[in-house]
Amino acid sequence: MGRAWKFGHDIDTDAIIPARYMNRSEPEYLAAHCMEDADISFAGSVKNGDIIVAGKNFGCGSSREHAPIAIKAAGVKAVIAESYARIFYRNALNIGMPILECPEAVAGIEAGDEVEVDLVSGRIENKTKKASFQARPFPPFMQELINAGGLIPYVKEKTKNA
Amino acid sequence: MGMTISEKILAAHAGLDKVVPGEIINAKLDIVHANDVTGPVAIKEFEKLGIEQVFDKEKITLVPDHFTPNKDIPSAEQSKVMKEFARKMNIKHYWEVGRVGIEHCLLPEQGVVLPGDLIIGADSHTCTYGALGAFATGVGSTDCAAGMATGEAWFRVPESLKFVFHGTKFQPWVSGKDLILYVIGKIGVDGARYKAMEFAGEGIHCLSMDNRLTICNMAIEAGAKTGIIEPDEITLEYVKPRAKREYKVYKSDPDAVYEKIYEFNSEEIPLQVAFPHLPENTKSVDEASGLKIDQVVIGSCTNGRLEDLEVTAKILKGKKIHPEIRCLVFPGTQEILLEAMRRGWIETMIEAGAAVSTPTCGPCLGGHMGILAKGERALSTTNRNFVGRMGHPQSEVYLCNPAVAAASAVRGEIVHPREVMNNG
Repeated sequence: MGRAWKFGHDIDTDAIIPARYMNRSEPEYLAAHCMEDADISFAGSVKNGDIIVAGKNFGCGSSREHAPIAIKAAGVKAVIAESYARIFYRNALNIGMPILECPEAVAGIEAGDEVEVDLVSGRIENKTKKASFQARPFPPFMQELINAGGLIPYVKEKTKNA
Repeated sequence: MGMTISEKILAAHAGLDKVVPGEIINAKLDIVHANDVTGPVAIKEFEKLGIEQVFDKEKITLVPDHFTPNKDIPSAEQSKVMKEFARKMNIKHYWEVGRVGIEHCLLPEQGVVLPGDLIIGADSHTCTYGALGAFATGVGSTDCAAGMATGEAWFRVPESLKFVFHGTKFQPWVSGKDLILYVIGKIGVDGARYKAMEFAGEGIHCLSMDNRLTICNMAIEAGAKTGIIEPDEITLEYVKPRAKREYKVYKSDPDAVYEKIYEFNSEEIPLQVAFPHLPENTKSVDEASGLKIDQVVIGSCTNGRLEDLEVTAKILKGKKIHPEIRCLVFPGTQEILLEAMRRGWIETMIEAGAAVSTPTCGPCLGGHMGILAKGERALSTTNRNFVGRMGHPQSEVYLCNPAVAAASAVRGEIVHPREVMNNG
């Protein structure tokens, strides 16, 4: 269970991890600057297991994989958004950063609410407001990628069998 | 039922006769690309695969352009990782500072990306190459690593949106940049999310390649998977002297299916300015007129090509940059810079009081070479105006074409180019 951090629509990758920090790529370094231009207090106060809740088109802009890496390394358990920009969506799945699409949950969760997420079933529970939501299931191919633990283990397995 | 150009390229590379939107395919890649920010992360992932060789040393492009010439020790370390990987793998398409340019200006110019190609690049503006009639899309570093290893990638076949521009007459000073900003203003930054944006009509096919590359470059700013234009005579005239391998021209079938068709009258589109902090916040230049600025940036993968420098020099000729303005010009490649120099345009810019740089992505992403202080405002020909994009989180970026940028640099505030040109 974790606290919800709430953000608006079109949170871009520059807000998630500004380019001024992209001269380095160590996950801990990126985590220390995660969400800096959207909420300067985030990196200092986020706790392991917290959840990011955001509006539409989360992760738009640059293709930098540093964005989901920063969120994951900051200890965020999952991102719940109304929708995702496509490169961010792909990158998050590829590196094993759990993301859920659920506009109902976004509407039903406020900043600071205690939220529990079951990543296997996609069940989202707002403990504070006593409400639960069901995230959209992943298409089968993407579920296969997630089950493999990301793209690199998936490709490794495939090239081994080839 | 016919196929769009995007569907045809994807089908051909997946070894299929036909694909339909929503279908997930595995396809063979012609080019896998990365830069000095995304490359080192991709190389780290590649090494996890435990394989000795990339799939094809002639089909990988590594372009150190974001923080180069290296701005500090960490960025120098990143460039070094890429250089050493390029040497170890004997990568053919790697360029050092002095020969390198901004990736999306360099690769089309050098004939490395060609019509009919299927390209993934670990940079969101990889969609630029759609201007050549290629299917090119931005990916992250892990996808890039898997592509370098296997020469393949998975794709969800996107729905296509068609943007038709009627008429070959445009308002004075209007360019490809205005057309794409206008479209993004109409459909929003997620208006083409996951889709292919196909640009068509005589208003597109009368444009130069430089203008078409600008249009496709910013398809990602509407959330698109790619922007694409059917090749025509103008495309082939550009490609033929540059291509060093075979390429294939694909065109959409007359009965291809589009999710939606948008139609515009070319002549009705005014000069555009996108206000902070999203590229969709577009207004006409007259609505932005009079807004004070501190810095003007002309260049980038969006507007760093020869015609962009030509119009900049045309406006700056015999004039001076406003005393309170910093005007920075970033040509896209060494070849562009050299040609602009030969034509006297660089001299014109320097005489006007502009700073002309070696090619780099630098200021566009707030990397280096032109960072904004708190409260400063830039007018820029780049592609994004997000919070903190060019520096301090409380600075502002406004987007426009090079003519508006150059004219505004002279006036010290945002202005229509006619205001500084005696005859027009």
